[in-house]
Amino acid sequence: MSEHVDSVKTYTAVWLILLALTGVTTGVAYIDLGAFSVVIALLIAAVKMLLVALFFMHMRHSAKLTQVAAAGAFLWLFVMMAFTFADVWTRGLVGTQGR
Amino acid sequence: MTTAAIETQANYLNAGYGLKSWLLTKDHKRIAILYLILVTIFFSIGGIFAALIRVELLTPQGDLVSSETYNKLFTMHGIAMIFFFLIPAIPATLGNFVLPMMIGARDLAFPRINLLSWYLLVVGGGFALFAMLAGGVDTGWTFYTPYSTTYSNTWVIATALGIFVSGFSSILTGLNFIVTIHRMRAPGMTWFRMPLFVWAHYATSVIQVLGTPVVAVTIVLVFCERVFHIGIFDPALGGDPVLFQHMFWFYSHPAVYIMVLPAMGVVSEIISTFSRKPIFGYHFVAYSSMAIAVLGFLVWGHHLFVSTQSVYAGLVFSFLSYFVAVPSAVKVFNWTATLYKGSISFATPMLYAFGFIGLFTIGGLTGLFVASLGFDVHVTDTYFVVAHFHYVMVGGTIMAFLGGLHFWWPKITGRMYPENWAKLSAAIIFVGFNLTFFPQFILGYLGMPRRYHVYPEEFQVLHVLSTAGASILAFGYLFPMIYFMWSLWYGERAPANPWGATGLEWTVPSPPPIHNFDEVPVVTHEAYDYSTVVKEGVEVV
Repeated sequence: MSEHVDSVKTYTAVWLILLALTGVTTGVAYIDLGAFSVVIALLIAAVKMLLVALFFMHMRHSAKLTQVAAAGAFLWLFVMMAFTFADVWTRGLVGTQGR
Repeated sequence: MTTAAIETQANYLNAGYGLKSWLLTKDHKRIAILYLILVTIFFSIGGIFAALIRVELLTPQGDLVSSETYNKLFTMHGIAMIFFFLIPAIPATLGNFVLPMMIGARDLAFPRINLLSWYLLVVGGGFALFAMLAGGVDTGWTFYTPYSTTYSNTWVIATALGIFVSGFSSILTGLNFIVTIHRMRAPGMTWFRMPLFVWAHYATSVIQVLGTPVVAVTIVLVFCERVFHIGIFDPALGGDPVLFQHMFWFYSHPAVYIMVLPAMGVVSEIISTFSRKPIFGYHFVAYSSMAIAVLGFLVWGHHLFVSTQSVYAGLVFSFLSYFVAVPSAVKVFNWTATLYKGSISFATPMLYAFGFIGLFTIGGLTGLFVASLGFDVHVTDTYFVVAHFHYVMVGGTIMAFLGGLHFWWPKITGRMYPENWAKLSAAIIFVGFNLTFFPQFILGYLGMPRRYHVYPEEFQVLHVLSTAGASILAFGYLFPMIYFMWSLWYGERAPANPWGATGLEWTVPSPPPIHNFDEVPVVTHEAYDYSTVVKEGVEVV
């Protein structure tokens, strides 16, 4: 199995970026951006998740099969959200609303 | 091989006798036994709840238990049976025991994690059991919101925590199987030489790993709303109760395939062995397992047809639900085609496999009924649905579990079970099962709602039939428990390959040595190649 492949410097940098993004999330929570508050918070969370996956979980240097497995998780998440929104966004579009 | 030789041979059972040698074991075979004991306990608990439900339903009045108690009975029956019996039953017991041997491995990839999985199920089951003893839970096994988050005054959090913890047991077992199948196959054991039982478990594991985290997240959200009143599902707090149903069924519909795919794997092994033929269309059956695993994730909305889900989404989910019937049908047709011109013997495992095919087909076809939008509106929350999923889960999974248990019992214990008693039990279970659940199709079609214990008098005859069937079924389940225990001391000693089956697990002595194979096997032939098998020992008529 592969040992750690990034330098301690890189890990520290990623860690500091994660801390900074946590600060940004907290800061943004105090600003009223309307519906965009959630969008911004989720975007920051997504960036943090990617950093953890790519660096701390070594996904950047992983075997293709491992990357496919990780991509599979994202695909499944997409399926869950897409089909749920297929309901939410089309309620009342066909037939009687609430039926 | 002489009896004396078998007795003195070192195997996983005589490797240690103390409690510690079991509770700290990393041997997949011993862990399988630990799982078998645990799931049998939960099956018995769930069975007692079922018995109480059926006795209550003998009369149209609610005269045995109160409405509140009845709500708790069907909830706890569902929770014990689904989360602590049906989901782990085949993968964690039979899968754990034979999967590594089938691919020529000495254990699973992560033996310690395998033991951890068992302990997680013990802890999760402990929480659920505590909730049951402390007063029970009344939400139904589905925990629908906002009732579960806002109104129920029963042990929702303790039960949900139990399911949360046991979910990790399921995830870790799935992960262990996936890595084992990828990394630990013996030389020559290519993907398309693997027994179909292994393919079925691979597909199951994919569902366990991808689906179970979602139900864990859902349970955490229920916790957040119930304890901290954060509005997620409760409309009064700005939430959407249908969101709960989406998230719950995103896992819980594929969970049906966690229960039934391993059962299909068992049936493939049994049908091939007792027809002495390779499975017809091996590749199609292997691919159909994967197709079920993937398509099974796209159909959850058929549980929401009358839950204010949009009609458009309902149409899409209905259409996709029909799709998932295709790979299931591929399997049934291919098993039937395997029988054609086979040298069929009617041993007990084969009786269970036949039972599975017939009952699963009824369960599957009525699944198409309820996947159809119009018909489903009529039978939603009626006994028709109850009958449908019991045909799949009891008629399918439990029949296959018992078939598999009889099939591998000689391998697991080194003892034969009494064949005539076993055949009698299989027949009793088949009759008892149909008498219990077939009347429920009619009841549901006539409008008997599920989860009610007071009902109009005209339904009583069908309910009495169903309860009578359940009594017969209970005897059918008790017999194997008794004669399996009996066989441990008095059963005839089992040879390595009593059924003349293919598969690497049958090339080692019964019970298997501690590390399965003294030498790593080299596989040179396809799965189910009967020209390589020499049958020894027991003749079955």
